[in-house]
Amino acid sequence: MSGTGGIGLRGVTRRFGEHVVLDGLDLSLTPGGVTALMGPNGSGKTTVARLLLGLDRPDGGAVEGLDGRPRSAVFQEDRLCPQLSAVDNVRLVLGRGADRGAVLEALAAVGLDDATVHAPVRELSGGQRRRVAIVRAVLADAELVVLDEPFTGLDQAVKPVTMAWVRDRCAGRTVLLVTHDEREAAWFEARVVHLEGSVGSVSAARG
Amino acid sequence: MLVFWLAVWQLVAQAVGQQIVLASPVEVVGRLAELVRTTGFWTTAGHSLLRIGAGFAIGALVAVCLAAVAAAMPLVAALLAPLISTVRATPVVSFIILVILVTGTGRLALVISALMVVPVVYTNTLEGIAHRDTALLEMATVYRVPRLRRVRAIDVPAVLPFVVAGCETGVGLAWKSGIAAEVIGLPTGSIGERMYQAKIFLSTPDLFAWTLVVVALSVAFERLVRLGLTAAQRRWGGAA
Repeated sequence: MSGTGGIGLRGVTRRFGEHVVLDGLDLSLTPGGVTALMGPNGSGKTTVARLLLGLDRPDGGAVEGLDGRPRSAVFQEDRLCPQLSAVDNVRLVLGRGADRGAVLEALAAVGLDDATVHAPVRELSGGQRRRVAIVRAVLADAELVVLDEPFTGLDQAVKPVTMAWVRDRCAGRTVLLVTHDEREAAWFEARVVHLEGSVGSVSAARG
Repeated sequence: MLVFWLAVWQLVAQAVGQQIVLASPVEVVGRLAELVRTTGFWTTAGHSLLRIGAGFAIGALVAVCLAAVAAAMPLVAALLAPLISTVRATPVVSFIILVILVTGTGRLALVISALMVVPVVYTNTLEGIAHRDTALLEMATVYRVPRLRRVRAIDVPAVLPFVVAGCETGVGLAWKSGIAAEVIGLPTGSIGERMYQAKIFLSTPDLFAWTLVVVALSVAFERLVRLGLTAAQRRWGGAA
């Protein structure tokens, strides 16, 4: 795989001390589509996400297809600047010429009203902050979008709207969706990959 | 509380009964009232305020810049560590004498104030940089947030409280060391010079009056600095 080829992991091993989290893992993301990564806690889903985001390096094997490709992410935590408003948090990651109107429109699309998006995000609820983080990841000019349990904490009133908006806006982009929920994977018509590893055992992938 | 201690001071001064040993608060305030009416008082106070204030500002600025460079370059941090420790541990009089020998007394208070501020603000700033939120820094890496924007949105809000704490400690240090330098170096027209003259002429009311002036200037300057830092925190640090 090269910079113009697919994105994935080839024979990747990752250890934390004696703890082998990934052991020779092969994983190819569906180009321009959604790959859902599922598996029990500790199976290495977040480690895979961090490797694909360039935040971690494998002990063995290679992460391929990332060269120069812009990435975005919804992390397990919101990772928003608490003193900035929702609008400014989103604009922080966009280019200099980012359209403020487009940001406001996107935030409104996931149910965040005008008063909410101009308040410092430290004053928002967990669900509101989560939606800001989602909008930031989706609006960013990224070829690879990593969504690590993105809809956790959203109530049933806003979750379907938010999921529909994400699906529409991510169409044609390569997306890794880390989730425990098979219905989310099905909603995104994702190719599902199960990580079946557990502490100290071999991780395997199947599509 | 202040009234209580003023009363104690007055009673002790009356009991001692010798102005040369202990001037009473009434005598000190009377002398201060006389001094305030002279033009020399204001130029003297301005002289010291300007130099110590500038010394504090320069020291704080240099410390923050050095900490930023040290955080980015471990070699610089390693080189600076013994230097900062030495400045912190060396008695201020050693520096005062050294500065008098090297530069004379014109900028003595400025240099000494700056020198005393640098270690405390440097150490605090470095600690603030080390305590930045790694999760936010990772986010900025993933999104390739430009350096300047990252500094404003993530670095400054994280480091500013530490800089503020360092500056609050540094203000007091700057005044204490700056006045000590003036008393030893006797720069012309400074508060230190006037305090030294009070000692030579055994004028205790003058000594106490100038000490009150130093305390008042130090407190006023500290409040001014705190106001500025609070405004900076509101503007860039996200303080509520």
